[in-house]
Amino acid sequence: MNELNTLIFTATPLVFAVVGETISEKAGVINLSMEGSLMLSAMAGFVIAFETNSLLLGFLAGAIVGMLVALLIAFSSIRLKLNQVAVGFVLFQLCVDLSTFLGNGHVRIAGPTVQAWSIPLLKDIPVIGPIFFEQNLLVYVSYLLVFGAWWYMFRTRPGLGLQGVGERPEAAHSRGIQVNRLRYIYTGLGGALIGIGGASYSLSVKIGWSFQHTRNLGWIALAIVIFGGWQPIRAAMGAYLFAGLLTAAQLLQEPLPDLAQVLPTIPFPLMILTLVVIYSDWLRRLTDRFPTLRAVFAGEPPTAIGTVFETD
Amino acid sequence: MSLELRDIHKHFGPVRANDGINLTVEAGTMHGLLGENGAGKSTLMKVLSGFHAPDSGEIILDGKHIRASSPQDAIGHGIGMLHQDPLVFLPFSVIDNFLLQSPGGLRLDRRSARREFEEVCERFQFSLDPSASTRSLTVGERQQLEIARLLWLGARVLILDEPTTGISAPQRVKLFATLRALAEEGMSVIFVSHKLEEVEELCQRVTVMRQGKVVGHAEMPTPASQLVEMMFGAPVEVEAAQPIELGDPLLRVKDLSVEERLLSIEALSLDVRGGEVIGLAGLGGSGQNTFMRAVAGLVSPAGGEITLDGKQIAGLPYRDLLDVGIQYLPAGRLEEGLVQGLSITEHFVLSDPDTPFFVDWDAAAEHAARAVTANFIKGRADSNAEELSGGNMQRLLLAMLRPGLRLLMMEHPTRGLDIESANWVWSQLLSRREDGTAIIFASVDLDELLRYSNRILVFFSGRVISEVNASDTDVEELGFLIGGKVREQQ
Repeated sequence: MNELNTLIFTATPLVFAVVGETISEKAGVINLSMEGSLMLSAMAGFVIAFETNSLLLGFLAGAIVGMLVALLIAFSSIRLKLNQVAVGFVLFQLCVDLSTFLGNGHVRIAGPTVQAWSIPLLKDIPVIGPIFFEQNLLVYVSYLLVFGAWWYMFRTRPGLGLQGVGERPEAAHSRGIQVNRLRYIYTGLGGALIGIGGASYSLSVKIGWSFQHTRNLGWIALAIVIFGGWQPIRAAMGAYLFAGLLTAAQLLQEPLPDLAQVLPTIPFPLMILTLVVIYSDWLRRLTDRFPTLRAVFAGEPPTAIGTVFETD
Repeated sequence: MSLELRDIHKHFGPVRANDGINLTVEAGTMHGLLGENGAGKSTLMKVLSGFHAPDSGEIILDGKHIRASSPQDAIGHGIGMLHQDPLVFLPFSVIDNFLLQSPGGLRLDRRSARREFEEVCERFQFSLDPSASTRSLTVGERQQLEIARLLWLGARVLILDEPTTGISAPQRVKLFATLRALAEEGMSVIFVSHKLEEVEELCQRVTVMRQGKVVGHAEMPTPASQLVEMMFGAPVEVEAAQPIELGDPLLRVKDLSVEERLLSIEALSLDVRGGEVIGLAGLGGSGQNTFMRAVAGLVSPAGGEITLDGKQIAGLPYRDLLDVGIQYLPAGRLEEGLVQGLSITEHFVLSDPDTPFFVDWDAAAEHAARAVTANFIKGRADSNAEELSGGNMQRLLLAMLRPGLRLLMMEHPTRGLDIESANWVWSQLLSRREDGTAIIFASVDLDELLRYSNRILVFFSGRVISEVNASDTDVEELGFLIGGKVREQQ
């Protein structure tokens, strides 16, 4: 029980990041800098929170860093017509180096932490309460974010527009959607969520800052977005699954030292397997026959992802 | 709604797509906009619908100047456009396509939208399932979805850009009936086409464009020859295919069966002789293309025999079949036939089986430039494939065919082409018969099938339901063979 509580807790930064990236990619912009922007925002979040002694300012700093990096990618794609993958990759490297350079003075020191806070009444629900509702505020916000993002995307009018922009921008344009404006907005929003994810790592999960503090978290998050089929709830499940495998690895360290080495690598072949299933004829036939299953299994990438849209 | 366009200019780079266009459309009429490929018709309509912003010019709707600088403005003024390739979102459900960017509150109310969608569909007898995936719809059904959506949004001027490209004959009949009903309700319909017979059938007035300019207006009926002369600047004559002596038996298909996801072909047999032209008729997706792909080696047959000159070829890969003289040109000229981002020169280098390891680019460029001139391709050797118009893509594809072909198969050889380009394509094809090349082609254009085929096979649901000699039948009978079966099935 305690382990499941920890699992939810440790997965939370990843949940913010995958939902943020999902929103950005749904709008057609792939933010490949995530490994770097997560790290830089984790550093910025901790340093600012430490210096100002304000957690709120720390998270704000993380969000701003994440948003700026994302907007840089959006700008270079929309305005400068550069390749999103190339720009994202360069920014990843730049952000990683910047985080080392700027965070140098704050390595391995204690700082402010998000305090645990259980939700009254809900925490008393048997089984569920201790797992989900004896956490901190950040975790509760992540629950709301996942369901909110899902609801917005699939149940609201602007959410449908968001999907359209990443799917077929010229068709969205012909219906009167301002494609590039929305791409700026959603990429910036997604980047801010990635930044909050970074800050929540250094202010809640693994407190403080050290050299490449969030190493590999961003790459994993990118894979989980694909695993999640560009749907927030499934992406969050992917984040929990990954955290679960990591927790299992830690638990098995003692009884089975050999197997424990392998477990943390499982998410990666699992992503590949998921992609194989998503694109299989078998699944396509199944969803042809039972259209309701499409909502669960469909995992098509937004068609126009990574492309530039021009009206003339 | 009466509509007036005044002095519209629009250029793309050095190309003046619209060069001072004036056009008036009366309320409650169907107005035809005629012109050959690349005359600037689509650009003008995209300007009117706010998709492209014009460089200069005025749009006057019911006596009022309007600004249609974005599609949103145009829709707000009641101008709706159905694009040539319906701009729908393929992975989404039909109802989501219907709702995307519709006015309303934050929450999507799919249930009440469904009711309204079904009401609009019922009015025009469209049968569309709101929860179906849009990808599963035919092009004609995607058009119906878009028309239903535009009318629901309150369009009073409806623009249709080449709407009959890629839809079946019964769907076309239904589309035309819908348009007539709309015009009677007082809507203005602008019908953009390069097909004279359709404009003659539908429109009261016609405007003809050529090279970005309006060359004239006409009240219908106007003799076709006069309109053709306006379109091309000179009269164009359609040559009948000269019959030629058929050669020896060339291709023999026996009991061919192919299984695909949505369709299977069963027990199909066909013998083709050298120089023979076989037309494949039927509703889109009835097995014509699957059959050709199986013969071309792009789909492996589940059973049966295919022999060419007595040699067994069933199941051989496309590359081997190219070497024995079979070639296939798909309908997706840019998607499947050409490579986006490669120039005409690079296409010739790529398609030539004898290109050495080190490419002599100077010689290749010269060769390409000669081919561009010889095949009247509007473009340069260094133009990229995607810059070419549909007609010029087809010219390029024909120019790249290997010499001495035994069998050429084509899907919709003249789809989307104007009369002049279509004539040229067929003159090229027919001249290949002299060398004993057999031609198999699929088309939805009944005139084309009748004019050029020796025999016509009518496909329905993966089977050949009848085989007729082109000289023994006519448009009515063929239309009945294709459409009559449909009525029987329903």
